[in-house]
Amino acid sequence: MHATDPIDVLRAVRWACGRDLLLAMRSKSEVALVLVFFILVISLFPLGVSPDPKLLERIAPGIAWVAALLASLLSLPRLFAIDHADGSLEQLALAPAPLAAIVAGKVLAHWLANGLPLVLLAPLAGVQFGLSLETNAALTLGLLLGTPTLSWLGAIGAALTLGTRAGSALLALLVLPLAVPILIFGAGAAESVAVGLGAQAHLSLLGAGMIVAWVFGPFAAALAVRIAYE
Amino acid sequence: MTKTGISWFRFSSPATFYPLAGRLVPWFGTAAAVLALVGLYLGFFVAPTDYQQGESYRIIFIHVPAAWMAMFTYLVMAGWCAASLIWNTRMSAMMAQALAPTGAMFAFVSLWTGAFWGRPTWGTYWVWDARLTSTLILLFLYLGYIALRSAIDDPRRADRASALLALVGVVNVPIIYFSVKWWNTLHQGASVSMTAAPKMAQTMLVTMLIMAFAAWFYTIAVALHRVRSIILEREAHTDWVRALVQRSPQ
Repeated sequence: MHATDPIDVLRAVRWACGRDLLLAMRSKSEVALVLVFFILVISLFPLGVSPDPKLLERIAPGIAWVAALLASLLSLPRLFAIDHADGSLEQLALAPAPLAAIVAGKVLAHWLANGLPLVLLAPLAGVQFGLSLETNAALTLGLLLGTPTLSWLGAIGAALTLGTRAGSALLALLVLPLAVPILIFGAGAAESVAVGLGAQAHLSLLGAGMIVAWVFGPFAAALAVRIAYE
Repeated sequence: MTKTGISWFRFSSPATFYPLAGRLVPWFGTAAAVLALVGLYLGFFVAPTDYQQGESYRIIFIHVPAAWMAMFTYLVMAGWCAASLIWNTRMSAMMAQALAPTGAMFAFVSLWTGAFWGRPTWGTYWVWDARLTSTLILLFLYLGYIALRSAIDDPRRADRASALLALVGVVNVPIIYFSVKWWNTLHQGASVSMTAAPKMAQTMLVTMLIMAFAAWFYTIAVALHRVRSIILEREAHTDWVRALVQRSPQ
């Protein structure tokens, strides 16, 4: 292993992020589909549960978070599987730039293309369920801090299942149990605002989770990609 | 590796570990059976009836050891997984593979017996209590590990991929436990709490410990037995397995 220049690492992150963002921009409809799925799942709950505004206001943060979890699962196959299928992921793994940096760039692009739009759409969902302004803000802030961690957990799962027979159901089984804390803290942030407590504790934990994910995620995901090519 | 004393790395080779495991299985199996018999006898005939819960409390002699083993087995499994990733030893990965079904079984048993205990005691089969929920998630972690293993055809890749998954899982287990605990206490006061149960009588505690050791030895015996099958399956191409099979045709 040769020592890597920190500037090289940043360049690799920026390059991979730019490449994947460009690819995402070239297939806008797929990105839009994830957003439509998010709103669709959210809209199903009042139909299935009850249109009672009081009840909906109480369960809205949980619904929004579950929908965000499912939507983030839906977009995961695009993270590595397409590059795996056409062979470019193998070239990236062989490239002189550190794989962890390339993976970090890819995950950043994935979050910008799939996670961030969900965060921006969340206030709309909050309005649908009649959330107060403060609760809605806590929900959106929670998603902003929590979705990057979801992207990292998903990236590890997506890399581990590359080229396996089981496909997306296996990915859900791997990722969803690990995402439980994010769901609890994220939905808890909005809920504690709704009952008059501050969201600070929940948001701090989500932020801490995001930092841990960004520190350890690149190495774990890069290792997972390497394992796929052994 | 040191030249003096027992070289433990000698047993990291399947060819040397296979006969060792074969010699150990009867010992641990017998110990598990004897302890389970003693524990069940004490649990059903000697331990006093609980003055609050009546006879139904006796299920804890299965339930608590199962819950302990489910958690402990995941830690041991993750330890083997770390060893297999670090030293790239086949035996470690095979041990992890052999432990997973037993751990999942104990997680399931603890949930199932907990439901049967909860019905007469709490009046419901299931509550979203912190311990119940985190054991359920632990069961899902086991199932994910087993499913990922079986989805990958190449055994070496399956070893490494599932090892990484187990390590990510073991980092997450305490986070999951505390988040679930906190989630529950935020939602509602602890309407049912296991810590508020009356202090256990001496016999009950001793019986539970005996059953815990029975579960422990059972896990070791079953894992060693299973790892022997895994060795035979995965090393079928080697000369020593061929010679072994020829010597004892079944």
